[in-house]
Amino acid sequence: MTCARLTPQNLPRLSFHEILMIRFDQVGKRYPGSNEALRDISFEIEQGELVFVTGHSGAGKSTLLKLIAAIERPTSGTVLIGNQNVSKLRPAAVPYLRRKFGMVFQDHKLLYDRNAFDNVALPLYINGISGNEAGKRIRAALDKVGLLGKEKAMPISLSGGEQQRLAIARAVVSRPSILIADEPTGNLDANYAAEIIRLFYAFHQVGVTVIIATHDAGGISAQEGRKLKLAQGALQMQSELQT
Amino acid sequence: MRDWLSQQRQALQLVLARMWKARLATLMMCGVMGVTLCLPGILYVIVDNLNRLAGDVQNEPKISLFLKLDTTPETLKELEKRLSANPAVKSYRFVSKDSAWQELRQNAGLGDVTGGLEQNPLPDAYFVQSKESEPAAVDGLLRQMQQWPGVEHALVDANWVKRLYALLALGKKAILVLAGLLGFALLAIIGNTIRLQILTQREEIEVSKLIGATDRFIRRPFLYAGALYGLGGGLTAWLMLASVIWLFNLSVAELAELYASSFRLGMPDMPAALAIIGGAVGLGWLGAYWAVNRSLSQLEIT
Repeated sequence: MTCARLTPQNLPRLSFHEILMIRFDQVGKRYPGSNEALRDISFEIEQGELVFVTGHSGAGKSTLLKLIAAIERPTSGTVLIGNQNVSKLRPAAVPYLRRKFGMVFQDHKLLYDRNAFDNVALPLYINGISGNEAGKRIRAALDKVGLLGKEKAMPISLSGGEQQRLAIARAVVSRPSILIADEPTGNLDANYAAEIIRLFYAFHQVGVTVIIATHDAGGISAQEGRKLKLAQGALQMQSELQT
Repeated sequence: MRDWLSQQRQALQLVLARMWKARLATLMMCGVMGVTLCLPGILYVIVDNLNRLAGDVQNEPKISLFLKLDTTPETLKELEKRLSANPAVKSYRFVSKDSAWQELRQNAGLGDVTGGLEQNPLPDAYFVQSKESEPAAVDGLLRQMQQWPGVEHALVDANWVKRLYALLALGKKAILVLAGLLGFALLAIIGNTIRLQILTQREEIEVSKLIGATDRFIRRPFLYAGALYGLGGGLTAWLMLASVIWLFNLSVAELAELYASSFRLGMPDMPAALAIIGGAVGLGWLGAYWAVNRSLSQLEIT
């Protein structure tokens, strides 16, 4: 099995990242009072992979990402993150699992009552990091997404692309092993979108697992990276694992 | 441990910054809590001072022992011995029936009445002063003396002291009831205030939960807010109480002078002040805890 060579002992650790494999085994998800959002989904994502989850809107992409990030729990099947079975996790353990992910939400979920710096600071505060150490890491994250000069700016004064990059800075500031983005290029024009995708590639290069959901299949078909294609809640196609 | 401390500091800073932003609302909140806590506080001061006053006035209640009409000299000696041996007796005085009769006849206006009587109806009597002034102790002594041979009737002249003590006990109960009711009101006020704050910070709470905040992390600043409101309210209550006492003392001094007394209302002592402030902090914390838990489950954030 492939995971044999991915144990922390024999793999040179990539900087600070934990080795986390994601595995879905016949996963189904049904929301109360509606059809199945996902059914019989099985796949694996290894540490450091770049994966695109594609499909039309309503195909279940967001639900899939929520299942990975332990925001939703499957109604059937098992979701394994590392060695942890998400459906059997105690509620008190869920926050600690979520901290291993960096989430870029479809609607940014930036906080509009505080400036860029404080928005990025939130995950660090949650992790109990503050003071100089936090300041350094926040500026580093803002620098990475090209917003270093705008740390005092309020999110509302930023353009759509800048807001998206701010959301990415917030997602990566706590140095997660897995970066999950839901439609990160959704409302952006082609230039901005390409810039954002380049950013994700950069994180992929340093060993972060990157999972991106997008309906824009044409734009990324040329990109490198594995693709999981969803249609009506089922896994329609899975391109080969690239090594 | 250092992490824990820095998290506490962080939450505290956050709350203080928020309170500073909403200075007026914070002051109002402390004012409301202060007034609410002040009411049982004033009642406490009144009862406490009456208690002190009662202790000053009713020192050494007098017990009258009326003896049987056929008391023999031997019984008198026996009683004398018992009275001098009893440690609870401070002093005693014997009044024979003859001297009592004389006294009565000399009393103006009563001559007619006594003149109509053929013989002296009065008994011998002892007048005893008790060392203890507590009604319970005096009562015990009274009951003991009632059993002594030759004693027809034992009477304490301090029934009003008993009544005062009963009133004071009632007052203490009233304080407890009032404090309990107002404490509940405070709990509701703080809970509601915190609930409103949670609603305005709903987005932040949601995002925080999504990126891995524990319930404890979310609760912490609100608990600090509740406790700080309590602290502010408790201090306000104490200040109000102090000014009320000062104001009252201006009149009390005048009144006391008329009675040739140097009585003044005393400030609530250190334990009482600490109890007011500590109780307020506790109530604030509890109200906040209750509100956050209710809101968190209502927001249904996964």
